[in-house]
Order: sequence, then C-alpha cells, then structure tokens
Amino acid sequence: MKLTVNGDEREVETADHESLLTVLRERLGLPGSKNACEQGECGSCSVLLDGALVCACLVLGAAAAGREVRTVESLADGDRLHPVQRAFVDMGAVQCGFCTPGLIVSTYALLKENPEPSDQEVREALSGNICRCTGYGKILEAVQRASAGMYGR
Amino acid sequence: MIIPGVSVHIGRDVDDALENLSSVKDATLLAGGTDLLVEINFGRARPTHVIVIDRLDELKALDRNGHIRMGALVTYTRMLADDPGSAALREAARTVGSPQIRNAGTLGGNLGTASPAGDTLPVLAALDATVVLRSRAGERRVKFADYMTGPKKSVRRPDEIVVAAEWDDAGPAQTFMKVGTRNAMVIAVAGLALVVDRARRRVGVGLGSCGPTILRAPDAEKFAAGLFDEAGWDRRMRPTEVARTEFGRLAAAAARPIDDVRGTAAYRRHVLAVMASRALARVATIA
Ligand SMILES: Cc1cc2nc3c(=O)[nH]c(=O)nc-3n(C[C@H](O)[C@H](O)[C@H](O)COP(=O)(O)OP(=O)(O)OC[C@H]3O[C@@H](n4cnc5c(N)ncnc54)[C@H](O)[C@@H]3O)c2cc1C
Ligand code: FES
Ligand code: FES
Repeated sequence: MKLTVNGDEREVETADHESLLTVLRERLGLPGSKNACEQGECGSCSVLLDGALVCACLVLGAAAAGREVRTVESLADGDRLHPVQRAFVDMGAVQCGFCTPGLIVSTYALLKENPEPSDQEVREALSGNICRCTGYGKILEAVQRASAGMYGR
Repeated sequence: MIIPGVSVHIGRDVDDALENLSSVKDATLLAGGTDLLVEINFGRARPTHVIVIDRLDELKALDRNGHIRMGALVTYTRMLADDPGSAALREAARTVGSPQIRNAGTLGGNLGTASPAGDTLPVLAALDATVVLRSRAGERRVKFADYMTGPKKSVRRPDEIVVAAEWDDAGPAQTFMKVGTRNAMVIAVAGLALVVDRARRRVGVGLGSCGPTILRAPDAEKFAAGLFDEAGWDRRMRPTEVARTEFGRLAAAAARPIDDVRGTAAYRRHVLAVMASRALARVATIA
C-alpha cells in the first residue's frame, strides 16, 4: 500500500490486523509515536491523519492507504526543535518522556486551530493524553509558552 | 507477513461497499475504528474480511431542513463544530472520549456497536429517530426503538450498512446528561436524554447504560407531557420540586439496570432520578 508520511510518499507492506502505529514504528522506522495502551486511552500514539488528530493505534494500517500521516518526527527542522518541543524542554514538562511525543502532536494540533487557548481549552485539548510523571502543571505551562513562542505574544 | 485469507477492501462509494459486503460472508465494516481496533488489538475480534467505509462521501452528509438526516460517517467533532440538528446530541458528543476519539468516532460506529453505553443512542431514542439501513436490495427504515435488540445486538442484517439517522427537528428544549467516574474519557455509568418538542407536544426520555438496550421511559414522558399541557407547551415553566421528583422517580422506574464494574443497579437508579429531575428543570425553562 502507498501512503504519505511526513510529506513523503511511502510504499509499505502491512499485515491486515496491524495498526497504523505498528506500520509507523516497525515498518517505516518512525518510533516517535509510542505504543502503550493500544486502546485509545493514553494518546502516546497521537498522529495527524489527513490533518486530524487521531490515535494511530486505532487506525487499521491497511485503511491508511492513500492518506496523509504526520508524526512527531515531522515537527523539528533538522536539529532545530519546533517551538512546541522547545517549550516542553524549557519548561521542564518532560520527565520520563514517554508521553511527550503524543503531547507535542496534540499541542501542535491545538495551536494550529486555536493559537491562544485558555487554560480550560488546553486541558480539554489534552484530555486524551495521559502522563504518569509530571502532574500536568508543567505541561500546561509549556503549552502557554509554546503559544507565545509560536505566535510571538 | 500477510495472514492468509485476510483481506481489506477500501470502499469507493456506497454501492461498491454494498456489493463487496454482499459478496463476502462475514465481512466487517470499518469506519473510525475506535471500537473495532480495540477489539482487534486485544485479540477479541479477528475479522477475515474488512470493508473500509471511511471514504464514502455520501455518508458524510448532514442535512438540516426541519427534518434532520445525519450521515453515518458524521464524527463527534463535526457534531460539535456544525449544528447537528439536536442540542442534546451536541451535548452527548461533547462527552465522548477525547479529541482523538471524537475526530475518528462516528454516529454509524456508535449504532454499529450498539452498546447500551453508546452516548448518541439515548438521544436518538428521545428524539424518536429512525435508523436508515441500506443493502443491495434497497433501503429500509427502522425506528430506533426497534433497532437495538440487546447489548451489542441490533436488527441490522450482515448485508446492510447503516447509512444515516433521521429525526424531526425538535427545537431547543432538550438535553443530555451522563454520570461517570471522572470528567474526561469515561464510559457512562448512566446516561439520560430528555427532549421536549414543544411544537409537536411530545416528550421523549432515553436512558443509557441502564438495561440491555437503550430504554424509553413512557410513564415519565406522559407525566411530563401532562405538566406542559397544564402550563402551556409554548411557555417557559418552573416545575415544582414535587413534580421534578415524581418525574425522576418515573424515569428511574423504567430502567432495568444491573450491577457491574462501573456501578450498582441501585446507584444507577439513584443517579437516573437525579439526572431526570435536573434535566426537566433545565429543559422546562427553554422555549
Ligand atoms: C478511548 C475511547 C473512549 C471512548 N469513549 C466513548 C464515549 O464516551 N461514548 C461513546 O458512546 N463511545 C465511546 N467510545 C466508543 C467509540 O468511540 C464509539 O462507539 C464510536 O462511535 C465508534 O465509531 P467508529 O466509527 O470509530 O466505529 P468503528 O470502530 O469503525 O466500528 C464500530 C462497529 O460498528 C460497525 N460499523 C461502523 N460503521 C457502520 C455503519 N455505517 N453501518 C453498520 N455498521 C457499522 C463496525 O463494523 C463495528 O462493528 C470510546 C472509544 C475509545 C477507544
Ligand atoms: S497507544 Fe494509542 S492511545 Fe495508547
Ligand atoms: S513524562 Fe513520563 S509519562 Fe509523561
């Protein structure tokens, strides 16, 4: 099957019960999207599918044929971190880091639609991403910092 | 690795999907995948033939013209972004999962799974909605009340696709409530939809997670209709404490709840009565 991943058209084989998450991680060498719950609860596998934030673990790999996928790997420009990534690092919103890629993608998706979200809107937008370490305080601060960083407030 | 005998067909349009569906025995439809992929990932489902219906543009339509027809592929995110033709449905969509789940999950998938905990379903019940099923033989319309036959069971035949749900615009006096163990991402312990269609002089009450199927509460509906008969259907009203309590009692009495990991039957009856009473107070002031 063919699909577009991070701007490049890729051709890949997939077993029929395999999720898009497995295709990305194990067949396309993109381990940024994490695999934890495989039931849509944790958000660590968040990607953009035709621009919409979804859990890659809930997309059948074969059903992604012809579609456009963006993963966390697409955000940094070479060695230069994306403002969302920069903000997470600067604000200490990363501890073990397992949840981070998913949160970065969700934050990116939020700020793309809503450049200046309220705290309530941030909480709502990140409600599908679970973090076991930080207690979320630093993450909320990082999102506000990213919003300022991206849009020069 | 290709598992022998497993195949995936990506439907081009509804006819193509229906043709494929009728030509293969035991085919499984796949829309947003938020129910089916969990089943697959945990080994509870091993579909041998999957028909992907997520690109059938016809099923993405949402027509609102006094009468609402919502295509099966309308997602929760769209129910929130566009006017879905029912305030209660919008409230229900708001409670579903997380942004990720709402972007992918569809009305048709909620109907396809037919779980007693499906959050759109009490609303469809209260709206007295119709489910539109299509096979190669044509379309048939089933009242939502006749659609579900048990937990995860419906009258849908294996050769049919749910193409839409339809209902009459019931106006703004409607609401959905749900009780769960936390605020985000929660399966309902109990859910309730109340619709007061002032123009048609009709009250609909739908109960979720309170029995093997979604239930209506006819005695509560009749009781509330009596209150509006007295007060005037076109008028805002403040139901008395006594009336609200009675409405709650009648709504809860229609439930057939069980004890399970999410809550006891007694707790479900209790929260239903509370939700119904609050829902009536809220909706009665909307005219
Ligand atoms: C983390 C998480 C949270 C969730 N929270 C909620 C919640 O709060 N409330 C809630 O109600 N649900 C919730 N769900 C369940 C799920 O998101 C919904 O039931 C959703 O509507 C399913 O739609 P889908 O398009 O993803 O279905 P799919 O998974 O694609 O399909 C579900 C079933 O329906 C069948 N089907 C799909 N489309 C059709 C059709 N057009 N015609 C006939 N059959 C069809 C499929 O064959 C399959 O059996 C949650 C799920 C997850 C993973
Ligand atoms: S791995 Fe996909 S949501 Fe947890
Ligand atoms: S930093 Fe460890 S799970 Fe979030």
